[in-house]
Amino acid sequence: MVLDPYIESVLIFTGINIILALSLYLPVSAGLLSLGQGGFMAIGAYASAYLTTELHWPFAGALVSGGLVAGIVGLLVGIPSLRIKGVYLVIMTLGFGEIVRVFFLNFEPTGAASGLGGIPTYTTLPVVAIVVALTLLLCFQLRGSRIGRAIEAVREDELAAEVIGINLTRIKVAVFGLGAFVAGIGGGLFAHYATFIDPAQFAFQRSAEIFIMVVLGGMGNFAGAALGAVVVTVLPELLRLGNAQEWRMTVFGALLIAIMIVRPWGLLGVRR
Amino acid sequence: MVLIQQIVNGVMLGSTYSLIAIGYTLVFGVLHLVHLAHGEVFMIGAFVGLQVVLLAGGGVTAAIAAAAVSAALVGVLVYLLAIKPIKARKGHFLAPMISTIGAGIVLQELATRFFGGEQVGFPVQMESHIWHLGGITLTSVQLVILAVSLGLMLALHLFVTMSRVGMAMRATAESMTISHTLGIRSERIIVLTFAIASALAGVAGVLVGMSFNSISPYMGVDMGIKGLAAMLLGGLGNVYGAMLGGLVIGVVEVISVAYLASSYRDAFAFFVIIAVLLLRPRGIFGSTDHVEA
Repeated sequence: MVLDPYIESVLIFTGINIILALSLYLPVSAGLLSLGQGGFMAIGAYASAYLTTELHWPFAGALVSGGLVAGIVGLLVGIPSLRIKGVYLVIMTLGFGEIVRVFFLNFEPTGAASGLGGIPTYTTLPVVAIVVALTLLLCFQLRGSRIGRAIEAVREDELAAEVIGINLTRIKVAVFGLGAFVAGIGGGLFAHYATFIDPAQFAFQRSAEIFIMVVLGGMGNFAGAALGAVVVTVLPELLRLGNAQEWRMTVFGALLIAIMIVRPWGLLGVRR
Repeated sequence: MVLIQQIVNGVMLGSTYSLIAIGYTLVFGVLHLVHLAHGEVFMIGAFVGLQVVLLAGGGVTAAIAAAAVSAALVGVLVYLLAIKPIKARKGHFLAPMISTIGAGIVLQELATRFFGGEQVGFPVQMESHIWHLGGITLTSVQLVILAVSLGLMLALHLFVTMSRVGMAMRATAESMTISHTLGIRSERIIVLTFAIASALAGVAGVLVGMSFNSISPYMGVDMGIKGLAAMLLGGLGNVYGAMLGGLVIGVVEVISVAYLASSYRDAFAFFVIIAVLLLRPRGIFGSTDHVEA
């Protein structure tokens, strides 16, 4: 059976967005909010695309390397998060995302402002499905583990967590880096499906979209993040049906407000 | 001399950032909320100002007044439709932030629908005089921008410190519950805060239109990010911090273009911010209050 190409593309983007939403869920689970996931995504996308197009690496190796580069940058960005908190952290990460965008806008080896094209289409539905499954498995395993419980303790009460011997620095930096790694993988998958990337695709709107998915789904659990990703991807596509095509983003914005009014704790979030 | 000229240009650009940043910081002060549709309110102000110039043949004063009023209306509407109902339901503290993103999308889409997605020129209905003050060049447009934005900041300072309503605003920012108990009608104060914050953004829209000579429905995001950065630099909820933060970012930007690499202008502001945050994690004037939001 062959899938309709339009449906297939929606499914692939849904999968990529689930991966990106989980990449933000990871730091959020330790109470660290980021409005710069688009920046990590860009690093993963550019790094892996450069490896496959210019250096002819195999896809799997390029994808993982892209994720690793993003992860290493994520570790570095995670260090200030030890001191900078709350809204300050949100806006600092927003600034990080902008810096990444401007960097790629000027970085000649990856095409600067004109973008990087001719990327081979390696991202197929089964590939995305496997990565989504692996990421969900990672989140699931993490939640039940010793480290997962330490992360939860850090989110609930930093001071108490530190008192009982949890290494705050290690947990916070690790979880930020892991989130960045996952976002980088998501970016790599995106680049090898879009076949053309430019810095504008990873601007503030992208980070905001990932942010919306996680809050819309409910921040308490990763199933919420995944559901939020499905809603944010599929809803605008559903609005294409009928004759309201040109109003669909207006309706999407209005629906976003409506959902938050009806369920201000998120679709799968727990009311406290 | 060249450096002084750059600083003058930077202060001019920065004063528009300040006007936007003050709006963010006022809203943050009373509601502890980052209002992510504020950049779009600014954009609407710019377009209404342009329409007044084009259709009604108004001058700069009429454009600024119309932009202020319409932006105030839009800002209050955003509050009433997208923020108040959520606040009343005590959801997650980020829920209103997401709904303001939604409101921003709606405003941007509506502006694209009515005014088109292209950049449009902004005709300045003003004789452009040029003055030379010992090596420094000043145009009348620059002077208007400086006078209007610095004047508004002074007016705001007087309003907040001298008037009863301004005092009620400060009390509400300090503690909504206590000020409400003491008989301050906090709901009215919140609406008023949104009106003032948005009106300032609307004026900034016209000023930016005049200095860059073009506006587009998508400019709200970029200017919004700059305003956020300026507010953060000064410290959340601090009006004077926002003023200073805007000026600093404007000057840094202009100087980085003149002496370093111009293509990195949008990143320099954030380098400064990250550096400042590493030294002072709550911004220049930040206090330890308002940390959780």
